[in-house]
Amino acid sequence: MAKLHVSTTINGEPTEFLCEPSQSMLDVLRGPLGLTGSKEGCGSGDCGACTITLDGRLVCSCLVLAAEAQDREIRTIEGMAEGDRLHPLQQKFLEMAALQCGICTPGVLMAARTLLEQNPDPTETEARFWLAGNLCRCTGYDKIIRAVLDTAAEMREAAR
Amino acid sequence: MTDIRYLAPRTLDEAVGAFAAARGAARILAGGTDLLVQMRAGAVRPGLIVDIKRIAEMTSIEETADGGFRIGAAVSGAVLGEHPRFGQVWPGVLEAVNLIGSTQVQGRASPGGNLCNASPAGDSVPAMIAADAVVTVQGPDGRRQMPVAAVPAGPGRTNLAPGEILVSFTLPPRPRGAGDAYLRMIPRTEMDIAVVGCGVNLTLRDGTCTAARVGLGAVAPTVLLVGEAGKALVGSRLDAAAIEAAAAACRAACRPIDDKRGTIAYRTRIAGVLLKRTVGIAADRAGRA
Repeated sequence: MAKLHVSTTINGEPTEFLCEPSQSMLDVLRGPLGLTGSKEGCGSGDCGACTITLDGRLVCSCLVLAAEAQDREIRTIEGMAEGDRLHPLQQKFLEMAALQCGICTPGVLMAARTLLEQNPDPTETEARFWLAGNLCRCTGYDKIIRAVLDTAAEMREAAR
Repeated sequence: MTDIRYLAPRTLDEAVGAFAAARGAARILAGGTDLLVQMRAGAVRPGLIVDIKRIAEMTSIEETADGGFRIGAAVSGAVLGEHPRFGQVWPGVLEAVNLIGSTQVQGRASPGGNLCNASPAGDSVPAMIAADAVVTVQGPDGRRQMPVAAVPAGPGRTNLAPGEILVSFTLPPRPRGAGDAYLRMIPRTEMDIAVVGCGVNLTLRDGTCTAARVGLGAVAPTVLLVGEAGKALVGSRLDAAAIEAAAAACRAACRPIDDKRGTIAYRTRIAGVLLKRTVGIAADRAGRA
């Protein structure tokens, strides 16, 4: 069976790739496209380590077929910093040590960015529920949540 | 795995044609939150995947002229939640749909997929049954409608005929004084599969219940419409005796299994408890509507 040819946009760049019909978006990102920032934890949509956005919508890339990316817009963790300038969430995660092993971090950052885009002033409860699909086995979550809420406060201040 | 084909047709006729032609070997892809997990686990090996998300009718929400709603089968939970009116009219259906999985899963998972996956514990199904939702299905022989309660045949099996695809849900218009609610019992606060799920949809007029439907999940091989529970509420002022009678009807309808999530005795007891709590929320909403 011939491979499928897919034209899509990844982090603003028009991108083309070939994939098997059953191949996941995560496989193609990490394999042929060399974008290994998205991690594979469970492969079944439970852990959120492979979180990307598809047409602005937060999804687990392990549960998206690569073929579905045709004519869609994908954002991954690789597109979060602008050159050397980290996104405020990335900067805050470093300052507050909101990570340890780092495997969950790309997914957490992608999910947290979407949260703050939709809700610049989330309550702690809202942040915890929003990030419930991102499992972290190191931090106990408190540092992550505090970093997200601190970033939100800073971004609100900066926008005034 | 290389013998799998992937199609993303733009029209329903094309989708039905390809799906039917592949006979049993094809699977429908809506959000993929069940299908891709099952494929990865080796539980299903489809020869053809038909992605229905490029068909406009499958992904649109429309308020019908009579004040009802038509929801495409592949509409995601997140999209349904962002609709300006749906959650005001059907808060119970929306809370049931939005309970399915994480934010990421909500970005993809659909009520159509939840129904066709045919898990007895599917969260949206009891609420849809309580809402008296009807589905439109299309197959090689044309279109037909069936009540949501008639779709599941058993765990993982539906009563859709070979080649038929679930197209949309139609929810009826709401009278004044109508309210619905969905509650599920899980041992955590989020991200789990229902031990019992209960959907209630009722109408109050001057404090008297004039209509009531109860859907019960995870207590039988399929999600149940508990007709006797609705009957016990209708005509009452939702006093303690009527609610207890409805709870007893729910317990009597239970035919659950023992498994790691709960025992038969526990599930049966919880079915009654959830009925009472869900009626309370639905009645509050009805009182404000």
